[in-house]
Amino acid sequence: MRRDFEGKGASAEIVGLNPRYKILLDEVQQTNTGKDSEEQGDHSVAGKLSVLGEIVVGFVKDTREFVQFLGASVVSAGRVLVRPWTFRMTSVVHHLDRVGFRSVPIVVLILFLIGGILAQQGIFHFRKFGAETYVVDMVGILVLREVGVLITSIMLAGRSGSAYTAELGSMKMREEVDALRVMGRDPMEILILPRMIALIIALPLLTFLGSMAALAGGMVTAWIYGGFSPEIFLERLRDAISWSTFWVGMIKAPFMGAVIGLVACVEGLRVQGSAESLGEHTTASVVKSIFLVIVLDGAFAIFFASVDW
Amino acid sequence: MANVETASQPAQRPQKVPDNYPVIRVRDVWVSFSDHPVLKGLDLDVKRGEILGFVGASGGGKSVLMRTIIGLVQKQKGTIEVFGHDVDKLNENELQAIERRWGVLFQHGALFSSLTVRQNIQFPLREYLDLSERLMDEIAIAKLEMVGLPAFVAEKYPSQLSGGMIKRAALARALVLDPEIVFLDEPTSGLDPISAGEFDDLIKALQQTLGLTVFMVTHDLDSLHNACDRIAALADGKIIATGPIEDMLKSDHPWLRAYFHGKRASSRLNGKKG
Repeated sequence: MRRDFEGKGASAEIVGLNPRYKILLDEVQQTNTGKDSEEQGDHSVAGKLSVLGEIVVGFVKDTREFVQFLGASVVSAGRVLVRPWTFRMTSVVHHLDRVGFRSVPIVVLILFLIGGILAQQGIFHFRKFGAETYVVDMVGILVLREVGVLITSIMLAGRSGSAYTAELGSMKMREEVDALRVMGRDPMEILILPRMIALIIALPLLTFLGSMAALAGGMVTAWIYGGFSPEIFLERLRDAISWSTFWVGMIKAPFMGAVIGLVACVEGLRVQGSAESLGEHTTASVVKSIFLVIVLDGAFAIFFASVDW
Repeated sequence: MANVETASQPAQRPQKVPDNYPVIRVRDVWVSFSDHPVLKGLDLDVKRGEILGFVGASGGGKSVLMRTIIGLVQKQKGTIEVFGHDVDKLNENELQAIERRWGVLFQHGALFSSLTVRQNIQFPLREYLDLSERLMDEIAIAKLEMVGLPAFVAEKYPSQLSGGMIKRAALARALVLDPEIVFLDEPTSGLDPISAGEFDDLIKALQQTLGLTVFMVTHDLDSLHNACDRIAALADGKIIATGPIEDMLKSDHPWLRAYFHGKRASSRLNGKKG
């Protein structure tokens, strides 16, 4: 208030103030003397455009960093290949247990349900054309080619990718990563590589189990709703799918694992000091890895279409 | 104190570097973060066997210099020599050999939270040496007792320890390979005065018995008075003064006067006299 008056050229004086409060008032008087910060947010068109520009720059930066990190992890993997005794088997097994083995129940359950839902929807719609038997083709192809690997990847991005980011992030916050580095140890080799390898191994295995669960789910639903006995279902399935259908799904899985691990680790190491930053990067890790998994899946779809698989 | 430098010389040091050559020699180092310069052409020598206290305003670049020396922060310009070797010119193996000869105590300890204290202390041993489990356990317990922690702490996780205990355990880890230099980042901050005093005594005892060179970033005036042989003061990205505490107290530099003769410092001095 006083500053407001002084700004307008008048002078204000406060009288009859308890000296105790005067100290407080003086202290307040001294703060915030600088100009109001410019962070008010710009609502003009130029402002919006600059926000858009920032997003694009951020995207380019992300891409560059992911590629750099991928390169660094390949170099580190190469170094381990040259010196196999530096390979952290214990760590890989530990992470394999965490991301692979302990994910089995949830992945199997979810894919069982999804297989069931697919079959049920298919039966209702195909019934209109009297083509109920094609449900088996649809479930079989869809699950093996796309849904199995996609759902497993998304589950793992949410379940393990976020855990990786949070772990690495809190290690970064507590300078544990720095401590490793000053002890002459490469964090890449000790922290990142075992995690990535575990994901790359775990994802195909989980995809396989998940796909089988989805087919089982489809089979059960087809039995209940469509009256196909399991023998007929399996018979039709054998006609509908080929090995290539199965392999299309499985080939994608390790790449999905690598992408999830990559994004999770990059985001984890980006965490700066605060708890807020940790949350931010964990969210970013999950969102980006799910996005990239879907983009990658699309790229694979184009690829397989052009090689006619 | 002066004779410590010559009295204690750890063995197996490469002979080509003369003994009186500074263990750490920093010349004209520039470090900036996103165009904001933090260190502007900084020069510093750390002599063998001394405890160098490094003071400066908060956010003034003390930790940055420490992190630059140990290779965590990239410098834009300048040279850093450790044990007489220019760290930029070393290959990976040579650098690793140097990294084995220093220990670092981070501000918050930076113990690996997924390992117990014993595993933390044994980590460098496991990485660099091939020792039997029993020997490693004995070393871990010995180091723990050396830093004044009871043996039962060994099986605890860092999250179960107090701040002071974490710092001690982290010091034990930093010392486990019997390094020649220890870097301490605010070792006594957050400790109660008694623990801080013990910590000072401990550092001093280690320096005298093991011939350690200690590079200590600190704000603790008591540490500066009691433990440090020499003090280097950082202001505005440069070293403005180096010398023993007496020189610092006599200095006319306004920042040093404010630091060493401020309200807190003089009440301490007066308290001592009175």
